[in-house]
Amino acid sequence: MNLTNALFAASALVSVAATAATADTITIATVNNGDMVRMQGYTDDFTAKTGHEVEWVTLEENVLRQRVTTDITAKGGQFDIMTIGMYETPIWGANGWLVPLDDLSEDYDADDILPAMAAGLSHDGTLYAAPFYGESSMIMYRTDLMEKAGLEMPKAPTWEFIREAAAAMDDDANDINGICLRGKAGWGEGGAIITVTANSFGARWFDEDWTPQFDQPEWKEALTFFTNLMNDYGPAGYATNGFNENLSLFQQGKCGMWIDATVAASFVTNPDDSTVADKVGFALAPNHEGVEKRANWLWAWALAIPAGTQNEAAAKQFIEWATSKDYIELVAAKEGWANVPPGARTSLYENPNYQEVPFAQTTLDSILAADPNNPTVEPVPYVGVQFVAIPEFAGLASQVSQEFSAVYAGQQSVDEALEKAQAIAMEEMEAAGYR
Amino acid sequence: MARAVTNQRKAINTAAAWIVGLLIFFPILWTILTSFKTEAVAIADPPVFLGFDWTLENYRTVLERSNYARFLWNSIIIAGGSTVLGIIVAVPAAWSMAFVPSNRTKDILLWMLSTKMLPAVGVLYPIYLIFINLGLLDSRLGLVVVLMLINLPIIVWMLYTYFKEIPVDILEAGRMDGASLKDEIIYILTPMAIPGIASTLLLNFILAWNEAFWTLNLTAAKAAPLTAFIASYSSPEGLFYAKLSAASTMAIAPILILGWFSQKQLVSGLTFGAVK
Amino acid sequence: MATQHSRSAARMMMAPAVVLLLGWMLVPLVMTLYFSFKNYLPLRGGDLGWAGFDNYVRFVSSSAFWPSIQATLIIVGGALIITVGFGVLLGILLNQPMWGQGVVRILVIAPFFVMPTVSALVWKNMFMDPTNGLFAHLWRFFGADPVVWLSDASLTSIIMIVSWQWLPFATLILLTAIQSLDGEQLEASEMDGAPALKRFWYIVLPHLSRAITIVILIETIFLLSIFAEILVTTGGAFGTRTLTYLIYQRVLESQNVGLGSAGGVYAIILANIVAIFLMRIVGKNLDA
Repeated sequence: MNLTNALFAASALVSVAATAATADTITIATVNNGDMVRMQGYTDDFTAKTGHEVEWVTLEENVLRQRVTTDITAKGGQFDIMTIGMYETPIWGANGWLVPLDDLSEDYDADDILPAMAAGLSHDGTLYAAPFYGESSMIMYRTDLMEKAGLEMPKAPTWEFIREAAAAMDDDANDINGICLRGKAGWGEGGAIITVTANSFGARWFDEDWTPQFDQPEWKEALTFFTNLMNDYGPAGYATNGFNENLSLFQQGKCGMWIDATVAASFVTNPDDSTVADKVGFALAPNHEGVEKRANWLWAWALAIPAGTQNEAAAKQFIEWATSKDYIELVAAKEGWANVPPGARTSLYENPNYQEVPFAQTTLDSILAADPNNPTVEPVPYVGVQFVAIPEFAGLASQVSQEFSAVYAGQQSVDEALEKAQAIAMEEMEAAGYR
Repeated sequence: MARAVTNQRKAINTAAAWIVGLLIFFPILWTILTSFKTEAVAIADPPVFLGFDWTLENYRTVLERSNYARFLWNSIIIAGGSTVLGIIVAVPAAWSMAFVPSNRTKDILLWMLSTKMLPAVGVLYPIYLIFINLGLLDSRLGLVVVLMLINLPIIVWMLYTYFKEIPVDILEAGRMDGASLKDEIIYILTPMAIPGIASTLLLNFILAWNEAFWTLNLTAAKAAPLTAFIASYSSPEGLFYAKLSAASTMAIAPILILGWFSQKQLVSGLTFGAVK
Repeated sequence: MATQHSRSAARMMMAPAVVLLLGWMLVPLVMTLYFSFKNYLPLRGGDLGWAGFDNYVRFVSSSAFWPSIQATLIIVGGALIITVGFGVLLGILLNQPMWGQGVVRILVIAPFFVMPTVSALVWKNMFMDPTNGLFAHLWRFFGADPVVWLSDASLTSIIMIVSWQWLPFATLILLTAIQSLDGEQLEASEMDGAPALKRFWYIVLPHLSRAITIVILIETIFLLSIFAEILVTTGGAFGTRTLTYLIYQRVLESQNVGLGSAGGVYAIILANIVAIFLMRIVGKNLDA
């Protein structure tokens, strides 16, 4: 009795002392995606393990980007951890604005991070951000509608098949669109899908001398195909649809096919939110017949530490906690394997429990199919699949994608848009001194 | 001779005004209703107006996810602080413009208004750098000062128009009785200007409450007001109409309630000198 | 009544407000001017030296410049016409005897209390969405194809949202002005048998001219800088990129502070042109 009490008191003392010695409060800026919101819910687990408190700044993607970019470039020091993507990480890492993550603990097993993800989040071989979850793009389709149309989805279809299937599944009377794709302006929205579509038609943003390539026939072919496909079989107003709009359309059973982020798979198969949860099949993103690249993108939301933070040690502890194997186990135990953050670790895909999740294999195959160093058929001077990892890209691509959205809305022709895109790209690249 | 108003005419007026009023209010009403629906009901086709199972689920989710009380408190402090500070700076200025006008008074007034036209985005970097140097980032004090400066021209102008309506005779009478300048402001002017000051307070509280550029860009966690709260719900994944509605309702409810209780003061005072 | 003593006291009292505003105007203005002559690219290491007038030339020669001026003027003009037009009508309606006037007034002013971000989100998602929006339901109910508001009628949509937010403000000021209208004069003209339209044109409208100019002045100041409504709804696509939005793209998306600052200087010039124009009118009316 006394002994237990004494032990209890002693351990309480020790833990108080430990907490007092190291307890910090770290401020984390993050995006309001489902997996991050879930992570916030488990903050108590982190605090219990380390004693550190966490302040969350959760913002919508565009606002987050603008907020963290301002802070890191002006060295405002407002955040101890920033949630950033594959686009920002190599650029910021090269500028020396991020703390290198090359000394993570043995337990953390950094070699377990999927090689494609680690490559996209590194500069000169040094990891600057740890992936919280990773994604590629793939086809999600309605198995019941496919059957009704008398077709069978190949494991790796072509765009030509997608068009045929969209035509067969499109059903205006029942409010079903053959295919849903993003058309919304913004480089991370509609810009991502049209860029990978162009890649799969053999097009590229720049040639090896940084000359914009929008005047080449491949771009015209890709944009024309995309616009026709969506005008014929896409939802009304797709020019303003982004990831969220398409997700809710698909969940309401209004899309036959949807090509988008692999992380969407867990949302469309979740019976709480989706009316079609048990009727979804998955396949690799398509390619144009005869082109060897598929419309696979590669993206990761990752946690990085800005250089100069006062709480570097605590921030590292948090990153090790949030992107660890243990965190995945924790979520799996509480909410099931389908809800764990996907696409970051090799071990997850070797886990027999996870292999039972219906979309696990296609997700892995899609991620493996994307190669940020060789995104297109012809060689390019840049890194990145659905983006070009140079500082000027965000501004340039958001303008270009606005021109494309105007095509989707029927406000200008494919030729006009490509001509403007070429002019905008030339202007920006000259201003930045590439040419 | 008062015009006799027939009941028929009154009924027509009433019907027309109510229809227009309800149409204008409808988006807010619809948001409030949607916040009590489940996500599935929120997008039901055809839309459901009242006959649904009311649920508090969305509010529970939002409260669980965000520290609403802190956002709300920051909004109150920032909007309130900037308004009070603005009034303190503006009352003497407006007083002197109204009662000791010079031929430059009008130019100064209009110049003050023109400072409001500087586009905020253009000066984000300069202001951000200044804030870093002064250590004001993510502090309520910094935002109180910035929002006070943004709204100061409006405050000065509103107060000026009220003060101008105060008859000078009263002041002169006070002066004859030996009232000092200080007494004059505190005991004669201020009581007469109370309705105008109240209305100015309210309008600027609303403007500061709704300011969404500086409040978002100069804060992180500690000083973030409700505009930042809304930014974490604006485009979540999947079906979100009901949750968005709940968050929106929570962001606008305090100011809506304040506005409704004080609408008499706001309405009677909001003239900007439009009425002579 | 103004003695020497009270004049100097007046100057003293005005000083804090003037000095503060002068600082608030000058410090950012000077910094904007400074940056506008710099080659300042935060993502490329910050200050890369002087740029001369390059930024100014590049900003106006961009294909986006003139369309952005046009979009700005259309949105500001459209919202002004709608709010003032409906504001006058609504003011007259609310001035009539009726039951429940207080409640109606509350309903009408409510939109003024809503944050711009919230109102843009609500309109975009719950009304203008072509699939689940209420307008789409309404259109389908009448057998019509839903309008894709934000792409096919983008400027109209933004003007609608902005007008909804500012209509209460216009209505309130105009209502107060109408209430001050001399009832006897109106009655007399009514007895003379002057038709309603004529009464409105020759008596009511001239009486309101001062209030209308004030509504226009204040609203213009706020409308020239609208931003959240565009960011949330169209992101600047479909011809809705205003000058403010273009500067946002240059500064925050392209991370070119020099170019954006040059845009800021142009915006200040535009605002001042509009302001001088407006102040001529208001100045005249304020004296009258």
